[in-house]
Amino acid sequence: MSEIIKVGMADMKVCNAPDGLTTLGLGSCIGAVIYDPVSKVSGMVHVMLPDSKAIKENSNKAKFADTGIEELLDMVIKAGADRKKLVAKIAGGAQMFAFSGGTNEFNKIGERNAKAVKEMLGGYNIPILAEETGGNIGRTIIFDSVTGDLTIKAVGKPVKVV
Amino acid sequence: MPIIDLNNLDSVHRDVLKEIGNIGAGNATTALSKMINCKVDMKVPKVELLDLTEIAAAIGDEETVMVGILLLLEGDINGMMMFLLDLESARTLVDSIMGIKKEEDSDDLFDAMEMSALNEVGNIITGAYLSALSDLTRLCIVSSVPSLQIDMAGAMLSIPAIEFSKIGDKVLFIETQFDNETSINGYFILIPELESYDIILHSLGL
Repeated sequence: MSEIIKVGMADMKVCNAPDGLTTLGLGSCIGAVIYDPVSKVSGMVHVMLPDSKAIKENSNKAKFADTGIEELLDMVIKAGADRKKLVAKIAGGAQMFAFSGGTNEFNKIGERNAKAVKEMLGGYNIPILAEETGGNIGRTIIFDSVTGDLTIKAVGKPVKVV
Repeated sequence: MPIIDLNNLDSVHRDVLKEIGNIGAGNATTALSKMINCKVDMKVPKVELLDLTEIAAAIGDEETVMVGILLLLEGDINGMMMFLLDLESARTLVDSIMGIKKEEDSDDLFDAMEMSALNEVGNIITGAYLSALSDLTRLCIVSSVPSLQIDMAGAMLSIPAIEFSKIGDKVLFIETQFDNETSINGYFILIPELESYDIILHSLGL
């Protein structure tokens, strides 16, 4: 990878080979990569919430699973990816803090994010080649557009490449 | 109608929120100081309105491993409170409470007993902060049992960020840092829901 482009919270970026994409410290959020393995056009989004329709302030598309995946798909196609060849890899959706007295909504936010992202990708018929979601750990992900490898780093765990 | 507009925070509101951070953290610092029997200083609190993307950068690196303690607030004020402590400080605190010095090269970060001590530290510090806030505002603040986690700062901060992201693209931090000669660095982050800001300000006669 020559340059690694950083994707912030509620943010999305597209890159071409040989560049890479990264997002740091995913908690309950989801980092999703959509890429075309042939043209190597790749995009990453860092979504925070499952559903834009449940929130009034929803102008930032990258914040939500539904609008985020839709917009990212649009962006990678505009950047030259072949719609039919697109595949995805996702990570995140952890439950960082647990409360026995906490609301279900609070405790399940990571799980709901993962479910929403998978439903969106499924709806567009984009196969999910790798998924590292759930648990109670933070994750940093780095995507290499040349190889299609997604490297996942977590505290106290060996580095994993999927 | 809300009297506070997070995007246009006036100087009076900013000062009041700063003072809240000051008093809460002041009380917590005293509690901490008594606990470890050592002088602890507190820095002037900061009230900052940050973009979601900047939230972790406000404290340092997203990937910096820290101890995070999160409490859910209920009662007159709804929201969250987070207390972040860097690993070195957590080690200093645990050692001084338990009266032992652990080997520097110890691989296992904190054992069960030390985690329990750390939890108790979190309990006392956050309790002191909230009781000061409650006394000042005469509001009833009920907090959940604190939940402790050791992980990347960014991952832990994403939890309050998600709460804020439901109402906008900005996060209001009331951040207080304290430190002492043996370098204890910690951050308090109070994250009331939007309506709760009005309740806090109103309770103070604004």
